[in-house]
Amino acid sequence: METQRENSASNLLGGVWCFLRKCLFFVLSFGPMPNHIAFIMDGNRRYAKSRRVKQGNGHRAGFTALTSVLQYCYEMGVKYVTVYAFSIENFKRQPDEVQSLMDLMKQKIDELLKEESIVNKYRIRINFWGNLSLLSEPVRLAAEKAMASTARNTGPVFSVCVAYTSTNEIMHAVEESCVEKRGRIRKGYNNGYKDESVQADNKDSVISVTDLERHLYTSDCPDPDIVIRTSGETRLSNFLLWQTTFSHLQNPVPLWPEFSFRHLVWAILEYQRIYPYLEQRRTSSKEKN
Amino acid sequence: MDLSDEIARVLIPPLQRVQSSKILRFTLGFFWCLLHLPVSIVHLGSYLIKQLLYYMISSGLLQKYQNLQLDKLRYLAIVVESEEAKNTTKIKQLLSWLSSIGVKYVTLYDMEGVLKKSVETDLKSSENPSYLEGDSVGYNKMEPVFTETDVTNALKAVGHGGPDPDLLLVYGPARCHLGFPAWRIRYTEIVHMGSLRSMKYGAVVKAIYDFSKKHQNYGS
Repeated sequence: METQRENSASNLLGGVWCFLRKCLFFVLSFGPMPNHIAFIMDGNRRYAKSRRVKQGNGHRAGFTALTSVLQYCYEMGVKYVTVYAFSIENFKRQPDEVQSLMDLMKQKIDELLKEESIVNKYRIRINFWGNLSLLSEPVRLAAEKAMASTARNTGPVFSVCVAYTSTNEIMHAVEESCVEKRGRIRKGYNNGYKDESVQADNKDSVISVTDLERHLYTSDCPDPDIVIRTSGETRLSNFLLWQTTFSHLQNPVPLWPEFSFRHLVWAILEYQRIYPYLEQRRTSSKEKN
Repeated sequence: MDLSDEIARVLIPPLQRVQSSKILRFTLGFFWCLLHLPVSIVHLGSYLIKQLLYYMISSGLLQKYQNLQLDKLRYLAIVVESEEAKNTTKIKQLLSWLSSIGVKYVTLYDMEGVLKKSVETDLKSSENPSYLEGDSVGYNKMEPVFTETDVTNALKAVGHGGPDPDLLLVYGPARCHLGFPAWRIRYTEIVHMGSLRSMKYGAVVKAIYDFSKKHQNYGS
C-alpha cells in the first residue's frame, strides 16, 4: 500500500514537472529555437575521478545525462541532435577502457531499440557517423541494426559520431566524390559521349563544393546551430569542422554528467541572444555563393 | 509519464490558441524577456569583472601575467568579423601588441577577404597553383586509397597549406569560427575576445596565459 501511494505521488510530481517544463519551453519558443544542436560529451572521466568511482561509472552517468538531454531537446522541438561519442583518437586510450566503452555502447544501443525506450516514443531516426569498420564486430552490427530498424522513422534525428573525426569525414567525402566522378567519366567514355549529362571535358571533371558536401556523413542534416562542449574546454577536437562555420560554439563549465535541464535552457537563451547576428551572416554568405 | 501526457493534452491546446491573440502574445513576449533577464545580468556582471581584470593586467598589478610562457604557442590565428576588419588601425595595434608579447607567427583571417586586401603581409600567394601528379591516384583499375596526408599535401600544393594554429582568437559578436580553414583547426583552442572595437591588451595577455596553462591529451 505504502509503495503504491509513493508511486502515485512520484508520478504526480513527475507529471507536474513535465508540465512546467513544457510551459517553459513554450515561453522559450517565443524567440528563435535551434533546429540542430551538437554536443561534445566531455568530462565523464573527470566526473568519475571527482566522485572517486570507477571510470566506467562516469561513462554510465554520462549516458544517463544523454537520455535526459535528448528528452528535453525533443520536447523543445529540436529536430536534430548530434553527439560526439567516440573519436578515432580515443582508440589510443588504454585497451581495457576502450573495450569497456565498446561494451557500454553495444549495451546502450540494444536498450535504445527496446519497445519502451525514448526512440520509439518519439519515433527517432538514429544515425551512426564515422569509420564504422574500425569498431569491433558486435558494436558495428548493433549500430547497423539500429540504423536499419529506425531508417523509416519520421520523428527527430539522433546522430552519434563514433570512430569519427572531421578530417576523416572530409577525406572520405573527397574519396567518394572522386570515385563517383571517375565512374561518371568512365560511363561517358563507354557510351561514346552519347550520354549528354556526362561530358569528358575539364569542366565536368572538377568536383564542386556541393559534390563534396553530398558525400559528407551530414549530407541530409542541416548545419548545427549550437555546438556545446562541456567541461569548459575551448577546442573542437576534430568535430564537425566543415559544418560549423556559423555555429555558436559554447563551452559551459559543468562536466557532461552534470549537464542538466537548466544548463540546456541557458544554452538556448545564449543562442537566442546571438541569433540575429548569425542569421544575418548565414544569409549574406548564401547570397554570395 | 502517462499522467504528464494527460495534463499536457488538456492544457496545451488552449496555450496554442494564445498564439493567435495579440494581448496574450504580448504577455508571452513579456515572460520571454523576463527569462532573458538573468542572462543579461550575468553577461553584464562578467563583462565588468573582466574589464577590471584586464585593467589590472595592463597596469602590471598581477604578477602571474607578467612572464608569459610562449613555448607551447607556436602559431596564433585571429578571426575577425568582416565589418570590423575594415578598421586597419585596430588590426595593426593588435599585431603590435602580439609582437611585443613575443608571438612569432600570426595568421589573420576574415570571411570576406577584407584583411587580405587592406593589410600588407609577407604571405606569398601562389598565382599558379600546381596540382598533384596522379601517381598516388592512378588511372588503373584499383580504387584510390586516400589518406589524410594526401589531403594535407594537396592543400599545400594549391597554396592553402599553413600551420595548424595552437590558439585562435575570435574578434566579433559571437564565438564562431566563421569558416576558418577547417583542416587546420582540429585541436585549436578557440577563444572569444569580444568586438575588435573594444579590444584590450589585458584580454590578449589573459588569453595567452590561459592557453599556456592548458593541457591537451589529444583523445587518449
